[in-house]
Amino acid sequence: MSTILIIEQVLNGVQFGVMLFLMAAGLTLIFGVMGLINLAHGSLYMVGAFAAAAVAGATGSFLLALVAALAAAAAAGALIEMVVIRRLYQAAHLDQVLATFALILIFTEGTRWFFGSFPLFLDIPDYLSGPVTLPGGIQYPLYRLALIAIGLAVGAGLWWLIERTRLGIQIRAGENDREMIAALGVDISRLYTLVFALGAALAGLAGALVGAIQSVQVGMGEPVLILAFVVIVIGGIGSIRGAFVGAILVGLTDTLGGIFLPGFFGLFMAPGAASQTGSAIASMAIYILMTLVLIWRPSGLFGARA
Amino acid sequence: MIRESYLNWLILLGLLAVPIWALTADEPFTITLATRAAILALAAVGLNIALGIGGLVSFGHAMFFGIGGYVMGILAYHAQSFTPLDLGAFSIAGTKSMPIIWLVALILSGLAAWIVGLLSLRTGGVYFIMITLAFAQMFFYFSISWSTYGGEDGLSIYVRNGFPGLNTLDPIQFFGICFVLLCLVLFLNARLQGSPFGLALNAARQVPARVETVGLDPMRIKLLAFVISGAITGLAGALFADLNRFVSPTMFSWQMSGEFIVLIIIGGVGRLMGPVVGASLFVLLEHWLGGLTEFWHIYLGTILLLIVLFARGGLIGFLTGKEGAHV
Amino acid sequence: MKKLMLATAALALGVTFASAEVKVGMITTLSGGGAGLGIDVRDGFMLAVAQSGRDDIEVIIEDDQRKPDIAVQLADKMIQSERVDVMTGIIFSNLAMAVIPGATAQGKFYLSPNAGPSALAGQGCHQNYFNVAWQNDNLHEAAGAYAKNAGFSNSFILAPNYPAGQDALTGYKRTYEGELAGEIFTQLGQTDYAAEIAQIRASGADSVFFFLPGGMGISFLKQYDDSGVDIPVIGPAFSFDQGILQAVGDAALGVVNTSQWSKDIENPTNAAFVESFQAEYGRLPSLYASQGFDTANLLISAMEQADVADADAFRAALRTADFDSTRGDFSFGPNHHPVQTIYAREVVKEGDVFTNKIIGVALEDHGNVYTDQCQM
Repeated sequence: MSTILIIEQVLNGVQFGVMLFLMAAGLTLIFGVMGLINLAHGSLYMVGAFAAAAVAGATGSFLLALVAALAAAAAAGALIEMVVIRRLYQAAHLDQVLATFALILIFTEGTRWFFGSFPLFLDIPDYLSGPVTLPGGIQYPLYRLALIAIGLAVGAGLWWLIERTRLGIQIRAGENDREMIAALGVDISRLYTLVFALGAALAGLAGALVGAIQSVQVGMGEPVLILAFVVIVIGGIGSIRGAFVGAILVGLTDTLGGIFLPGFFGLFMAPGAASQTGSAIASMAIYILMTLVLIWRPSGLFGARA
Repeated sequence: MIRESYLNWLILLGLLAVPIWALTADEPFTITLATRAAILALAAVGLNIALGIGGLVSFGHAMFFGIGGYVMGILAYHAQSFTPLDLGAFSIAGTKSMPIIWLVALILSGLAAWIVGLLSLRTGGVYFIMITLAFAQMFFYFSISWSTYGGEDGLSIYVRNGFPGLNTLDPIQFFGICFVLLCLVLFLNARLQGSPFGLALNAARQVPARVETVGLDPMRIKLLAFVISGAITGLAGALFADLNRFVSPTMFSWQMSGEFIVLIIIGGVGRLMGPVVGASLFVLLEHWLGGLTEFWHIYLGTILLLIVLFARGGLIGFLTGKEGAHV
Repeated sequence: MKKLMLATAALALGVTFASAEVKVGMITTLSGGGAGLGIDVRDGFMLAVAQSGRDDIEVIIEDDQRKPDIAVQLADKMIQSERVDVMTGIIFSNLAMAVIPGATAQGKFYLSPNAGPSALAGQGCHQNYFNVAWQNDNLHEAAGAYAKNAGFSNSFILAPNYPAGQDALTGYKRTYEGELAGEIFTQLGQTDYAAEIAQIRASGADSVFFFLPGGMGISFLKQYDDSGVDIPVIGPAFSFDQGILQAVGDAALGVVNTSQWSKDIENPTNAAFVESFQAEYGRLPSLYASQGFDTANLLISAMEQADVADADAFRAALRTADFDSTRGDFSFGPNHHPVQTIYAREVVKEGDVFTNKIIGVALEDHGNVYTDQCQM
């Protein structure tokens, strides 16, 4: 296996990881600040992708599509926070699980009712399509490079927001002691709606960006949701830094596992059987990774010690 | 408001009355639905021991359900194809006898729960939820690519397994078997809640430190509860596979684990009869709404939302007027 | 159309027609991600029933949610409560494996409008089971045959790691005679193929064969197109179906795919079908719609020859396949699977709509390899 191929695969892993980070960041933020397990996060990802596909179809502009994705997901997020989630902060975790599970059902079938049962079309804009040649002669799709750049920029933006702004101080304070910051005159329920909408917008952005190279279809959010949960658990719940490291780890493990494991089994098995066994193990790889991390550090890599 | 103990008997009688009515009205499919509810209830009763009493929110109980299912599938497959099951050092013949299948399902899923519990109980809260999910996902992906037993296509068993003295193909007799097993497990569960072990488990959920000071190891108590819980769900898996005469990787899926949790919450967490109410209502809604519209999931979702928002403590809590199950 | 509405209204209300002579139970996927396929099969089937003008067919339609246990439960309901005579509708092989052996063992006829797992064509075949679509390997065998005839000698092949995927690669290799540049099993439900595409680029292959049904195929084609790799791609029709093509867009243009049906097959039945389907539902029919349509017409042709109560006569009538198929010549092989011509098609753009155009025959009068294993 050539060096070029390996570098290309590492880039693929990083790109996958960066997109997972967009999903995981919102999830971990919402859990960290509000203590809420939001199963409907995948639905917001789907909302973003569908909004983007609809607007791109109508206007032909990819930028407008991204704006629409951000706006639609943020609006959907704010709406469910105000109508449903707000009533559940005092409730047990399990009630939150059931409520957000119910939201998945409503969103999934509601989207199908509205947009129909067939996948929608969303394409990469012309100015980002096609491969570019990187130093060393690596041919790599420009759009995927753009995804890595956008993901890193969003990560940096989030870091700035949380570490350097007034809102960030409130968020960090909210994670530690919500009664105290309420007593200090911060409007807690506004803060919660804002954080929820922010997390939702990130999910919607991820849905739109990924939707352009995948398939915009009903139910696209759930597999990503599970992966995003894996990411935040590996990273440590509530930690943005943890979500970033977890996302890159999961992205690399999944991509490189799928490439190298069949080859590894090929050393001592027949090619067909090796490919089957290898890809079977590869599909379990991220769960094995997560289990090992949790056995080693029961609260994830960057989680607060319980 | 109704006293919970009366309500419990009412619920059991209701679940028994429906198929008996169906028998006289010649509606065999209603019996099948009731059987499905009883089996799902049994699986959720198993989970409720870990989740309700022990506070161990397992998002991976489909793992035990699937193990039970595959125990039935593999043993019956070898029996129907007259090929021995090769275990490397020795080989055994398959079987179509329910009691033997149940025993193997109980043992293997209990064993799996012991191993998973040992590794997972070091974590808590959401981490525990996710690590149990991870184990179930491993089984899921493994079963999809395990071509010996059908992979994603699953395994079909042509004739339902037998129970001495009964005709299991007759819907009402198979319902009887499942109902009796459900009652036995409910009885066991009720005894467990009042036993020293149940009290210790309850305490281990609330204040682990206090359990330790009286010389008990909270980890061992939780592990034992997890093993019992997994074994019961495994038994339900074997019955579920027999009901469908089919087993496939979907039994391992995370949606299945989620469904068990949903059943418990609908009925009421930690309530003895919570899972029975939850499973009956869920099967009923699925059947009734599914016949009304193509987009019935929207209505199902709305009903579930209403239950969470307005019936705290689940339906049993709603009916008895007591929100919390725990005293 | 009015009849269709009536039939639909009747099933919604649970009303039974007193005159109904054949009761059909249709279990298909109508909700969730795979719903597009089930809806097409249902619409094609109901169109044929409506066009026949018969009032002695009652169709009960249920949604299996793509879950095997739900499908089994619905099958029990249809057999035990509704007492249907004939069953049909299942889209996915794993659901077919869950339902069909039990249904045929209980004496019901099953007409498959889509799934054709090898187990049911070989040792698990049954005299009451008829497949009106294809045996699962067929379109892949045709792809292999096309690759061989087109002079490709170094294919890179990939499919998801599950039984239908393993069958797909086996089917391709059965008729393709060249070298393999690579053979990959991807994950079921995988949405990112960057890693696989990188391997294809590095492999030096002269052709790529892939079987990735549903959203997986959409993702693969879009990413492949964007990667700049320009090795020709071949695939079975599933990823180039009318319902999916619009979501793939330009990325699919020019790709060769194999199908037993296409909207430009020239025969009067097909022309009438395409026109009436479009008039009725406002969209072009898909492969699945044509299969649903043919399934209903097979059933109707058998009803004209025999009474469903006389199982032997009805079975014999089904076996003759005496109906006008949208595919032209159609007959059943000894294991009740189709013997039919499979075409190579190319994706083209007609106005704003992406669709397929036949470019040649891949396999003529093709049956399947499992005939010998089937003893009825």
